[in-house]
Amino acid sequence: MSDLVIQIRELTREYVMGADRVHALRGVTLQIQRNEYVAIMGPSGSGKSTMMNILGCLDTPSAGEYWLNGQEVSRMVDDALARVRNREIGFVFQTFNLLPRATALENVELPLIYAGVSSKARRERAVSALQRVGLGDRIGHRPNELSGGQRQRVAIARALVNRPSILLADEPTGNLDSATSEEIMRVFGELHRQGQTVILVTHEADIAARANRVVVLRDGQLASDRLQPDRAAA
Amino acid sequence: MHFFEAVRMALRTIVTQKLKSFFSLLGVLVGVTFLIAVVSIVQGMNVYMEDKFANRLIGLNTFQLRRMPNIQTGDTPEETWREWQRRPRVTYADADYIETRLHTPALFSRFCSERLRVAYGSKSAKGIDIAGADAAYFQIKNYDLASGRPFTPQEVQAGTPVVVIGDLLAEKLFEGVDPIGKPLLIEGLPYRVVGVVEKQGTLFGISMDKFAVTPFNAPVRSRICAWNTLDEFHVQAANPASMVAAMDEVEAMMRIRRQLKPGQRSNFYLQTAEAALEGWHKIAAILFMALPGLVAISLVVGGIVIMNIMLMAVAERTREIGIRKALGAKRRDILAQFVVESATLSTVGAALGIGLGILLAFAVKAATPLPAAVAPWSVGVGVVLGIAVGMGAGIYPASRASRLDPITALRAE
Repeated sequence: MSDLVIQIRELTREYVMGADRVHALRGVTLQIQRNEYVAIMGPSGSGKSTMMNILGCLDTPSAGEYWLNGQEVSRMVDDALARVRNREIGFVFQTFNLLPRATALENVELPLIYAGVSSKARRERAVSALQRVGLGDRIGHRPNELSGGQRQRVAIARALVNRPSILLADEPTGNLDSATSEEIMRVFGELHRQGQTVILVTHEADIAARANRVVVLRDGQLASDRLQPDRAAA
Repeated sequence: MHFFEAVRMALRTIVTQKLKSFFSLLGVLVGVTFLIAVVSIVQGMNVYMEDKFANRLIGLNTFQLRRMPNIQTGDTPEETWREWQRRPRVTYADADYIETRLHTPALFSRFCSERLRVAYGSKSAKGIDIAGADAAYFQIKNYDLASGRPFTPQEVQAGTPVVVIGDLLAEKLFEGVDPIGKPLLIEGLPYRVVGVVEKQGTLFGISMDKFAVTPFNAPVRSRICAWNTLDEFHVQAANPASMVAAMDEVEAMMRIRRQLKPGQRSNFYLQTAEAALEGWHKIAAILFMALPGLVAISLVVGGIVIMNIMLMAVAERTREIGIRKALGAKRRDILAQFVVESATLSTVGAALGIGLGILLAFAVKAATPLPAAVAPWSVGVGVVLGIAVGMGAGIYPASRASRLDPITALRAE
């Protein structure tokens, strides 16, 4: 098998809104290698969010193919998609999306619960994921007892805990100040160096600049796709 | 997802939202409380009626040959009543005939009673049940003597003026004095106390110890029995089966003695504890028939409340559902989570209801002479109903939650 993690061919996504047909994606073809660090950019309405939803297996394309880690996910339905989300994808959201009443540890354990991991192994793996993002001493804290940066690091730990094929981050610094953004981006950089495939969806050029490949979407189509090897180590 | 995870999450939701949870549980709580309390009290009543009421008043495996029923529950039509009044009384001759000819082994006692005045020294009491009976009466009634002795068949035969008195009479009339051997005047006739019956307690708050028993042929007989007749003829068999056999025999003998034709109704009555309980059994049956309806109403209301609470919970936690789905929760995981949460909620309600119901039953026990008996089956039914109502009420909200689109759910505020 090739080292392609993501292989997308002629991906189309249409929505029917009342009498109108909205073409969010109009035939996108894209390949992402293992251990790439890709930023997907584009102005609002470019199809960036739709792309992110499809890449994250939250949505399925109207036409075209999407292969993730050797499986064709574009034809999958509900429960199969849930399984792929659980095993292959680690989400990091702009608004963190932690469960407010659960501790950091419990939040990180959540994907493992759905993966059917035993409680002992679950705890061990969650603790080590939290240690990996530098929160080994915060495992019993609830989200409201943590700073924005710490919350996002909990979310990153949660995304990593199932050892996903791709880490998919949607505007991960959108709710953070610049110093904290810097801290979070360093975490992504470090994970990438350790071999993790990272996909960032953002509209901020300076965030995208951290990636070693920038894909720009415009009007549902690929506008540009360039490597920036000089920034790869950022 | 694991079942215990779901229960744990449900319990945490309940703990963090105590007041809301309490109100949502109220319906189930009331329903189950009602179930437990009513069943306990009715069962307690049953025990009480059978143990105390029937067996105390009539005696175990005992029936009484009478002119008409003496324990009446429910209405008697005027016509029936008049027919009873026209019946001939039971006579000495009837009693002798039965006693000498009955094949089934049994104990016998003639019995008459009247409320009369008794006196000891300067103290006197009115309205005391003075009975005339045979010596076997003490055995039939299961009377143990606290002191002294019962009277003997010889004393009955001779009509010796001796008397066995109840505990209350001993206490009130002979305050601090040992009544054995003391003279007691019954309607002015002099008797000697030979025994005191052990305390019998109360029945529906009425003392069962305000009585005196004299040998059947003793002088006071003329005051308590019409000439040559009896109020009752008591027959005690060894066990329920031989009681039935004895009743058949007595029935046949009496019909022959009274020359009744086949098809003609008997003009006498055989009073059993069973018959005395008939009225109570009717009441209990009505209660038990009404109970499922009443409980069902509370549980349906409780179920609707829980369903609403769960629909609210699903709406409030749409984002949580989105997060869970994004992290890999399948439809059945979300479904299970909310059904288990609903069932846990409802089971907690049922558990509280069981506690409250038992408490209520014991409160009734403490406040009244009725012994409340908590029926284990009613506790089981309570728990099962709690779980079932919760699951039933949770399925619709949970299936709505499970069908949410993760993208839309994640965008919810």
